[in-house]
Amino acid sequence: MNFQFPHFSAALPEIFLLSMTCLVLLTELFMKYSRSVVYVLSQVALLGTAILFILGFNNISYTTFNGHLIFDALGSLLGIFICIIACIAFIYAKHYTRDRNIPNEYYILGLFSTLGMLVMVTAQSFLMIYLGLELLSLPLYAMVALQKDSPTATEAAMKYFVMGAIASGMLLYGLSLLYGVSGSLNLPAVASAITTMPEKQHLVLVFALVFVIAGLGFKLAAAPFHMWAPDVYTGAPTAVTAFLASAPKIAALGMAFRLLITALPQIVSQWHELLIILSVLSITIGNVIAIAQSNLKRMLAYSAIAHIGYMLLGLLSGNAQGYSAALFYILVYSIMSVGGFGMIVLLSRRGFEAENIEDFKGLNSRNPWLAFMMMLLMLSMAGVPPTVGFFAKLLVLKAVVQTQMVWLAVFAVLLAIVGAFYYLRVIKTMYFDAPGDPTPIACASDTRLMISINSLALLVLGIFPGALLEVCRVAFGL
Amino acid sequence: MIPFTHYLVVAALLFAIGLAGIILNRRNVILLLMCVELMLLAVNTNFIAFSNYLGDMAGQVFVFFILTVAAAEAAIGLALVTLLFRNRGDIDVEKMNLLKG
Repeated sequence: MNFQFPHFSAALPEIFLLSMTCLVLLTELFMKYSRSVVYVLSQVALLGTAILFILGFNNISYTTFNGHLIFDALGSLLGIFICIIACIAFIYAKHYTRDRNIPNEYYILGLFSTLGMLVMVTAQSFLMIYLGLELLSLPLYAMVALQKDSPTATEAAMKYFVMGAIASGMLLYGLSLLYGVSGSLNLPAVASAITTMPEKQHLVLVFALVFVIAGLGFKLAAAPFHMWAPDVYTGAPTAVTAFLASAPKIAALGMAFRLLITALPQIVSQWHELLIILSVLSITIGNVIAIAQSNLKRMLAYSAIAHIGYMLLGLLSGNAQGYSAALFYILVYSIMSVGGFGMIVLLSRRGFEAENIEDFKGLNSRNPWLAFMMMLLMLSMAGVPPTVGFFAKLLVLKAVVQTQMVWLAVFAVLLAIVGAFYYLRVIKTMYFDAPGDPTPIACASDTRLMISINSLALLVLGIFPGALLEVCRVAFGL
Repeated sequence: MIPFTHYLVVAALLFAIGLAGIILNRRNVILLLMCVELMLLAVNTNFIAFSNYLGDMAGQVFVFFILTVAAAEAAIGLALVTLLFRNRGDIDVEKMNLLKG
């Protein structure tokens, strides 16, 4: 193997983010009491990375660093959204972390985690996927436990840690078997090795595939690997939940694209069947159990499981149209999810968490604008037009119908109606119940502005979905 | 000379023991951490066996990365265990039921 000088320009956003993260780390160390400096620097880091991705966005695709890293439209698009979503989560976290004495490490760990996501979505070998995954997960475990004196947060962190460790163990075992049968760590090389493989070795491939899908399922929190999600979402401080429920999902889908589409396109019929099981279970369990929840964070966790099920519908269709639908779905979902948890952050104050649905009683009479924003978020999650959640669901269903699986589409629509119940219940609580807590809602203007942009974006994207649809198509060369 | 398949069988057994340990263990969080390590070691055995069989160094390089990351993972896991102990006074898995799941 000859040494080739890598194209550092392909990894420019990651390199920039890494340098900035180290800078933030040092700033935190030497200017201990300056929260705002750390906050501003983290935001500069994220926005700068997003801008570098946007500037580099084009149709050219090439691999570099000895084939370990790929530069393409898909990676750039996922990278842009990961940075923006992380940035939004940080804005919501600003006052929340200050009021609750959550240390500045929130931002630093968040930045490292974002770096891991970026590595994951631009990975082109098993090694990079694994390293990105761990760089994403390890800071998240620590972030969940940042509120050191909270027993629920530490318990959630422990559960998250154990489940995450099982997930990476499973994924690695699958990857080691794939390496064994294909003789390479490089994703396209694995794909070409599989084409020339004798039929009898396909059994090993399917065995490996089950482990890989299980690992992916854990990371995406798809049923039956969803057990950790409700506990972790509820136990973690809400600002952390907003971060870990949104951006990592984009990265996990990126990893699924790289593993399933780049490395294993030859056994599409096998992973297609496994994903159908995952998707059906996720949609059912997520939507049905969410009805029984009185805690909004827990309800959103089950709704997240259901949404992942819908997203998988796009992925399992096995063609470029379906992939772009899944991509569109996850991008929209991450905006909705960060907004939903952001709203809980916004209504909470020192010593009080607005995490029960009851706490939203009569929100309309306390603050009509915030109630309207929450309504937009809920309608979009339920998939009601003209919000963008409707288009996201429509596209994945279209992809499923095109692959001749009408039963699956009908099933998904029926459960979406079941799902609409618990979203509408929140709206009913806000608009038709008498307020239980007359305290006026005091929230900082920047957080209020962000939640307004966040929710209105769902409406605007719903009315003009063309641009986002177009970039999702470009990412898959359509 | 030990045949190649024996390594794979040992790795599969180690992995199964690790996984079973995590699922069956109802007592101690430290045991969970050890089971996680066992799973990763099974993966390492797999990688080294395949790497030797294929005559390709990449698998052995991967093992070094896994070892390093596993060390970092263990550090975070143990930090969480101390935090858990400080908050609750025990590290019993059975008593981890503040959250419903």
